[in-house]
Amino acid sequence: MFLWQTYLYAQPQRFPRPEFEGGYTFPTHQFLYQRGPLWEYMDVAVLTGALLATAWMVLKKRSRQGLVWISVFSLAYFGFYRQGCICAIGSVQNLSMALFNNDYSIPLTALLYFIIPLVAALFFGRVFCAGVCPLGAIQELTGFRQIRIPRKVEAVLGAIPFVYLGLAVLFAATESQFLICRYDPFVGFFRIDAPYTMVIFGSLLLITGIFVNRPYCRYLCPYGVLQNIFSRFSIRHMTITPAECRNCRLCESGCPYDAILQSDPCPAVDKPDKSLKESILYISMIPLIAAAFAVLLYNFAPSLAVVNDNVKLAREIRHEKEDGIKAISKNAVAFYESGRTEDDLFAEEQLIIGRFRRGAPWVGIFLGLSLGIGLFRLSSRKVRKDYEPDRGRCYSCAKCLKYCPVKINN
Amino acid sequence: MKKNKDKQETRREFVKIAGRILVAAPVLSLPLILSKKTDIKGFVWQIDPNKCTSCELCKSSCVMTPSAVKCMNAFPMCGYCDFCPGFLRQGAKTYNTAAENQLCPVGALKRKFVEEPYFEYTVDETLCDGCSKCVKGCYNFGNGSLYLQIMHNLCVNCNQCAIARKCPSDAITRVPAEEPYIRKELKKV
Repeated sequence: MFLWQTYLYAQPQRFPRPEFEGGYTFPTHQFLYQRGPLWEYMDVAVLTGALLATAWMVLKKRSRQGLVWISVFSLAYFGFYRQGCICAIGSVQNLSMALFNNDYSIPLTALLYFIIPLVAALFFGRVFCAGVCPLGAIQELTGFRQIRIPRKVEAVLGAIPFVYLGLAVLFAATESQFLICRYDPFVGFFRIDAPYTMVIFGSLLLITGIFVNRPYCRYLCPYGVLQNIFSRFSIRHMTITPAECRNCRLCESGCPYDAILQSDPCPAVDKPDKSLKESILYISMIPLIAAAFAVLLYNFAPSLAVVNDNVKLAREIRHEKEDGIKAISKNAVAFYESGRTEDDLFAEEQLIIGRFRRGAPWVGIFLGLSLGIGLFRLSSRKVRKDYEPDRGRCYSCAKCLKYCPVKINN
Repeated sequence: MKKNKDKQETRREFVKIAGRILVAAPVLSLPLILSKKTDIKGFVWQIDPNKCTSCELCKSSCVMTPSAVKCMNAFPMCGYCDFCPGFLRQGAKTYNTAAENQLCPVGALKRKFVEEPYFEYTVDETLCDGCSKCVKGCYNFGNGSLYLQIMHNLCVNCNQCAIARKCPSDAITRVPAEEPYIRKELKKV
């Protein structure tokens, strides 16, 4: 009965606007604004300053103590004061969305948040991870114990961030989801307010992090993948020893992330020709792996597309039509209320799946190349006379510095 | 042997420099590629009241508790009814301001007598939790002057709004930060 009435009357102005006699004036709303964009640019300035300070602390002062204080500052400012949004990790998605969508323009601050830490990594190594990233800082400050993870486990778990990055970029490019923001573990702590799933996930990571240091950075962080790649080509990087390495092996156990490359003065090359042949074989395998992954992801594309709300809704509606299972989700109710036709919806579903089909092979190529290059690096052996940090995996946390007995006296 | 070593060193150096250029070039050229798609002022999230179906997800999906979404009354649209379908619960035994007759579960909608027969309805934003029960009542049986908005003094401006992800009618979109509210009464005029 009421429903019928709703449809009968057109929505607006069922009751005429009253004409007041007593000189009534409308109350005014307070339309409060957010803090202005100027403040966001101040955040960028603070970010740059913190990056430079960390680089100075790691490369020049070589002080773990100073780095801890910078971490405390970053945690307080970017974490608890700015409440973790927007961060460099999430900016990956804004960038991807802006690159592949015409109706979205990226805020300049997000772009700067993406670029500046990477440029810093190219100059000084992963100084962003060392002391500026609030997610890194909260784990750095709670990592009290060190438990070494077996190499093989570390290598397998270390592959997760690549997949995470690939999927996050794909989902953002197709305007489906911001995966990284959705599963950000610590933003709930920063706001001191979160859904319970986030609290559980974050707490578990922090508790794990007491023993297995920086679990998010090592086994999940998608921005860490980019930092890893950029840091490998860095112009300067933290060194374990301030002068010449004495190969005393004291620092071997000093790295909680197993990121110290051991000294290896003479590689056992029996037959140079054979190793060269093997290298060529392995290198030629890389494109094959990439192609295989591209095909794999291409076939996975329709399944991946389910993360998109419209695709999910279209499947629900189709189920209702074909199998007679009634669509009862709020999305379906809203769809019927909005008056869109089913053909529209199914056309849009096909469009989105098409975009996934186009995007997914590139993610596959990225994953295949990463895997191929990773495997190739395992097979090759480099001459090393010193103990030095693995530039890709080292967070420049400066924990290893105190293990080195070489000291410089002014 | 030494010559071989030198060769290896220079090769390593070359790979390093090539890699450096290879990774730096795309990132540094990003501002150029995106020069037309960069926004200096930034965006905030807002509900389009004309798309909103008052599904009540705003109350529970926001990362803030209580939700940053609050109800507003568009006074120029309001009928100032005595019998307000946003204020009074359907099936209430008596029509007065007693708590059991109110639709609002937290008593955030306040009723004030203006003149016969008109009553003014204002929302106490400190109490409102954005459950949109009153919005639905006003939309279905009244003028539709009550509507939901994201309050930007409370919103933390997540990179992706948690409510937008759940919103069944895609009513929550990014709007320019200079004009952070979509006011229903202004749209009508």
